[in-house]
Amino acid sequence: MNDRLNGNGHANGHFVVEDRQNLTFQVNRQVFVSRDVLEDEQRTIFDKCWIYVGHASELKNPGDFRTRHIAGRPVIFCRDRQGQVRALINSCRHRGALVCREREGNARQFQCIYHGWTYNTDGSIKGIPGDDAYPPGFDKAGKGLVPVPRLESYKDFYFASFDRDAVDLHTYLAGARDYIDLVVDQSPSGRMEIISGVQEYDIKANWKLLVENSVDDYHLVTTHSTWLNYMRNSGVNVTPAKGHLLPTKGFGKDLGNGHLTTDNPNYRGRPVAKWISVYGEEAKADIDAIRKELVARLGEARAARVADTNRNLCIFPNLVINDGSSVTVRNFTPVAPDLMHVTAWALGPVEETEAQRARRLHAFLTFYGPGGFATPDDIAALELAQQGFAAWREVPWSDLSRGMGSSQEQLATDEGHLRVFWRKWSELMEMRRESAARS
Amino acid sequence: MNQPLDPDSIVTRQAVEDFLYREADLLDNWKLDDWLALLTDDASYYVPPNDKPDADHRFTLFTVADDIVRLRERIIRLKDPNCHAEYPPSHTRRMISNVRITGVDGDIVNVSANFAIFRHRRGEGARQFVGRYRYKLKRTEAGLKIAERRAILDAEELGAMGSVSFLL
Repeated sequence: MNDRLNGNGHANGHFVVEDRQNLTFQVNRQVFVSRDVLEDEQRTIFDKCWIYVGHASELKNPGDFRTRHIAGRPVIFCRDRQGQVRALINSCRHRGALVCREREGNARQFQCIYHGWTYNTDGSIKGIPGDDAYPPGFDKAGKGLVPVPRLESYKDFYFASFDRDAVDLHTYLAGARDYIDLVVDQSPSGRMEIISGVQEYDIKANWKLLVENSVDDYHLVTTHSTWLNYMRNSGVNVTPAKGHLLPTKGFGKDLGNGHLTTDNPNYRGRPVAKWISVYGEEAKADIDAIRKELVARLGEARAARVADTNRNLCIFPNLVINDGSSVTVRNFTPVAPDLMHVTAWALGPVEETEAQRARRLHAFLTFYGPGGFATPDDIAALELAQQGFAAWREVPWSDLSRGMGSSQEQLATDEGHLRVFWRKWSELMEMRRESAARS
Repeated sequence: MNQPLDPDSIVTRQAVEDFLYREADLLDNWKLDDWLALLTDDASYYVPPNDKPDADHRFTLFTVADDIVRLRERIIRLKDPNCHAEYPPSHTRRMISNVRITGVDGDIVNVSANFAIFRHRRGEGARQFVGRYRYKLKRTEAGLKIAERRAILDAEELGAMGSVSFLL
């Protein structure tokens, strides 16, 4: 492969090089360090794809709002006084200031602190101080907050696209819908909610490393041995299955459009609904009851599908929903080639009792989050990788060929599902390259 | 209130300060088993989320919410070279100030204090963790013990602090 490289260190200028005959799949490490690549990603991926904004449960009442950054833009995610969910660009139409500064709250209106322009919660202009000084023909009514070009939802998960011509969200999500359904089916009413308390932290690494890491089961044994010890000490069987690196034989799946998931028989317990010793004896009967409800509502097969598998779902490009020892909704945004902001929430069925909710949150923190037993070590691994990329000129390629050529379905410990992400990433980036070449 | 105080039961701020400084010294020197010995058998340790500093861990996602079982496991992890986030262990330095006894409830002494923790790792700038502690210290025959320990960060988000992989 190396002899085909040009002077820039990439094969004929391609960042992702797949050779199906020789069974190699390589990613050029410039994609993790280059400002030009990040700029191209902003324009061709984050400005074109559907980007997660928030969950309907975060806006329970008319006037509720949350301020977010979506694809680099400040956005007010809100429910207007008439009850409709909106995503408005948080920038005054007059001279640009944010019109909403709080993290969350309930508003009757949004008022710019600079010159006092006010906006209704549906974005329409409400008042302009001294508007008689504007010239004739001044289009006051047209001065409302600008909505994001597209806002659509699937089962209460709201996404925005800054591309007016994007395919509809339903089509975009493709096979990922089935895996969102498996999450939502945990609630008797089909209603899940974001639980209060957000985890916001930086990782000094390229954002794509967290896509890989979120679905990569190959690293579990080495990166997370201390978590495995904790499970073992708590009486959970984490002995690898025969011939495998994990306690169970799981798979990595291509869901279309760059979305991917792991799909593993559960061994680490689930609040809905698989008891493990960490939960304590007193939780057994309660978890049995949750399981019974699930079977009665969904049937034995579907209930087993929901309750006996763990799935780490990645919705291209930057949303991860981990449905396992709890449900994590995790979103991440590049700030620089070597820096990302991560935002993570816990999700649970609205019907949960206090005891069930407490158990879910306890289980979440066992593994996940900046104070968990595993996530800090993931962060360490990604930051070490980023540091290694400083030598991208001498060591230009990362290898993602694990599992290639296998006649079996790709395992979660293979890299077939990581290749799904990279193929989509490459397809979009190459389109930009070609259109740049044409112009 | 009207009854005379039992002199044996009075805990002074100086005694609390001495206790907190000794605790800080153990943590900064990674003497984690000695630190565990400062805890009651049902102690808990909390780091609330930055956006909900006063919340209850049963209803809100925290950064850390350990009961004694998980806290003991956390110490096992922190002592393991495979705890990659803390290997080699971070250099930490804790400044503790504004120590106050805010109330006494039976054998529990409620204490508040401010902290500034500087954390250094090779190849990284200093990371600063600033906030307030809320302790429930229990008076026992063996002296003060920690029944509950809550480290509440001032920052609006963890952000550049990254992970909270050591004990705040």
